[in-house]
Amino acid sequence: MSPIRNIVSASPHIHSGQSTRKIMLDVIIALIPAFLVGLYVFGIGSLIVTATAILSCVLFEFLIQKFWMKEAGNVGDLSAVVTGILLAFNLPSNIPLWMIIIGSLVAIGVAKMSFGGIGFNIFNPALVARVFLLISFPVEMTSWPKPFENTWTYLDATTGATTLGIAKEASLMGQTLSEVSDMIQSSQDMLLGLTGGSIGEMSAIALLLGGIYLLYKKVITWHIPVSILLSMFVIGGIFWLTKQDMYLDPVTQLISGGAILGAFYMATDMTTSPMTPKGMLIFGVGIGLISIFIRLFGAYPEGVSFAILIMNAFVPLIDNYIKPRRFGTPIKFKIR
Amino acid sequence: MLQTFPLGGIHPPENKLTKDKPIEKMPIPKTVYVPVAQHIGIPSEIVVNKKDVVITGQLIAKASGKISAHIHSPVSGKVTKIDKIVDHSGYKQQCIVIKTDIKATEEAQINTDKLRTEIKLSPKEILERIHECGIVGLGGATFPSEVKLHVNADNPVDTLIVNGVECEPYLTADHALMLAKSKEILVGIQILIKALGVDNVIIGIENNKPNAIELFEKLTKNNDNIKVASLKVKYPQGGEKQLIKAVLNREVPKGGLPNQVGVVVHNVGTVFAIYEAVQYNKPLMERVVTLTGKNLINASNFWVKIGTPVKDLLEASGGIPEDTEKIINGGPMMGKALKNTDIPVIKGTSGILLMPDVESHRPEVQACIRCGGCVSVCPMGLEPYLLMSLIERSRIENAIDNDLMTCIECGSCSYICPAHRPLLDFIRFGKKLHNQNKAS
Repeated sequence: MSPIRNIVSASPHIHSGQSTRKIMLDVIIALIPAFLVGLYVFGIGSLIVTATAILSCVLFEFLIQKFWMKEAGNVGDLSAVVTGILLAFNLPSNIPLWMIIIGSLVAIGVAKMSFGGIGFNIFNPALVARVFLLISFPVEMTSWPKPFENTWTYLDATTGATTLGIAKEASLMGQTLSEVSDMIQSSQDMLLGLTGGSIGEMSAIALLLGGIYLLYKKVITWHIPVSILLSMFVIGGIFWLTKQDMYLDPVTQLISGGAILGAFYMATDMTTSPMTPKGMLIFGVGIGLISIFIRLFGAYPEGVSFAILIMNAFVPLIDNYIKPRRFGTPIKFKIR
Repeated sequence: MLQTFPLGGIHPPENKLTKDKPIEKMPIPKTVYVPVAQHIGIPSEIVVNKKDVVITGQLIAKASGKISAHIHSPVSGKVTKIDKIVDHSGYKQQCIVIKTDIKATEEAQINTDKLRTEIKLSPKEILERIHECGIVGLGGATFPSEVKLHVNADNPVDTLIVNGVECEPYLTADHALMLAKSKEILVGIQILIKALGVDNVIIGIENNKPNAIELFEKLTKNNDNIKVASLKVKYPQGGEKQLIKAVLNREVPKGGLPNQVGVVVHNVGTVFAIYEAVQYNKPLMERVVTLTGKNLINASNFWVKIGTPVKDLLEASGGIPEDTEKIINGGPMMGKALKNTDIPVIKGTSGILLMPDVESHRPEVQACIRCGGCVSVCPMGLEPYLLMSLIERSRIENAIDNDLMTCIECGSCSYICPAHRPLLDFIRFGKKLHNQNKAS
């Protein structure tokens, strides 16, 4: 008349079944459409780069946990896989393997493990690696293979410039956009992702599809992506209205470069984003503003990565000052 | 649109296995164990001695202090022992052990089957009677009911909310009682209207109990003062503050009490106990308990005498299933896991839940990935992740500044956490440390 084992523990006695691994798995699923577009446009190179990035990230995480931190590993939570995919998505499909491996070491070793592993990093690991590689190997990181011309070539791919690159070049050379308009891709191609660029960042539609999946699965909320894209659209639009021949129109701003990849997958990284809806909006608007300013006035044609990293640094501050409204205290302003 | 509270909340599987079961009568137990700490407040003071013969309904422990309640003998018999035993809280408490005289107990039963609608007592007498009969909140918090009914001029009360939400998964005791004793509950409401002098009553019921909503809507059709609020299912809607927000859109101020927004909330079970006390002078000696669990042979709702050991209940319902690993006093979200089956049912026991091993394991704790889940589900607008990390570092003062003490311990944060972090465990620990620091 007694149970085999009687466990005494405090309530609650049931759990939602949600886990870190399931969240990471959802992110991986959401990234598949964009990867397929990358594979279709850039061919074998994108597969090699993505596989290398995933394997090296997982391996570095495993080795560092086992031999350096000497603790039970949690490679099974798939977070290193997500970092690997996101890193690969930010790389051209013809980048040499050894650079990818260095990037993975920076992502996992420097940006993640040196802070204490999952949950403790301040900066998005994949973005730290991307920026590290961009600064260290500017040529390799910005020679993007031309779409559809390199299905079976990897390192000796033919390369071309991207829309943002052309626009930046034009503004640095004092040219107007109409002078280079024949080099700028149609927005239809950019929406579908049939353009040059990093492996996973070109297809707005594929990325949005995954983004909707993440929203549906409640892995992310609308606050960060919407505030980033909306602020880029508004600020980009204001500049465009003042000098239409110098700046790209706001729609092109959103569908070019890493805006959508950044807004839905990189900035929403749970560990490096704020905890409250209000904080997320501040974070997102900050990223949007900094991105547009770098694109329009900075030395680099693309600024989303830098913007996210800069705002990552503000997350502890935001979380310290932006508190959820406590029940039973006056409502200041409401965000649902 | 159905009403609910806006801030936080979760949707655990309802698992109301016993929702269609009527209330069965549990056989009179051979021995009862009556703890003196069954309510919030100061434990009652024992007024019987070992070897005393007691009769059903006799006062055996009297209220001591302002927030306390009388305790009555649930059976007729002989006091065999006054000793410390482990109770539902896991701590040892003073307890009166009575060996039942089954025949005398049967004879002493007060039959309350006949509906008595006429309320003869004055408001003052009603309060006295509720106190005399040892009525406490039967929703689980066990706050002495009479104390809630004292209205003072600073905080006039305009609305009585009757809590029939029963948002805990598995539990159906209130639901079964609402179906079985609807007319009595309505008389109980009239008693409370008289005692409080209010003219606005709202019965809050979640819409997973459509038959109870329908029944009460039908019975209150001709009564403009009493409304039935059908609520969207969401945990923890049965929490007093959440319920007031859901049905009246009033927010109890931080650290405040419902009467500050003109509301008194009573559970349906309490309202029924008040009916029996006022109309039949019957002390609180038994209550409805849901005996449930996925593998239990005879899961059902029972009238159980206070002090009945849990093992008696389990025997009556076909024994403990072999895969049981947890026996819980209450529901799965806020109930307490029992140390053994000798622990008795008390006034606050709304259910006994047996959980199989697959359900009861706690997964391994991982690092917080700062997903914000705990913040988004907290019905009090707290940041559980932050509280836990502050308490882990013994920074209790900082945790207090972040409103640690306003936590209602609903467990939504621990339920949702993908890293399986024991958020509520640390919050409780922090509260305890704070109370100890304050005391010393």
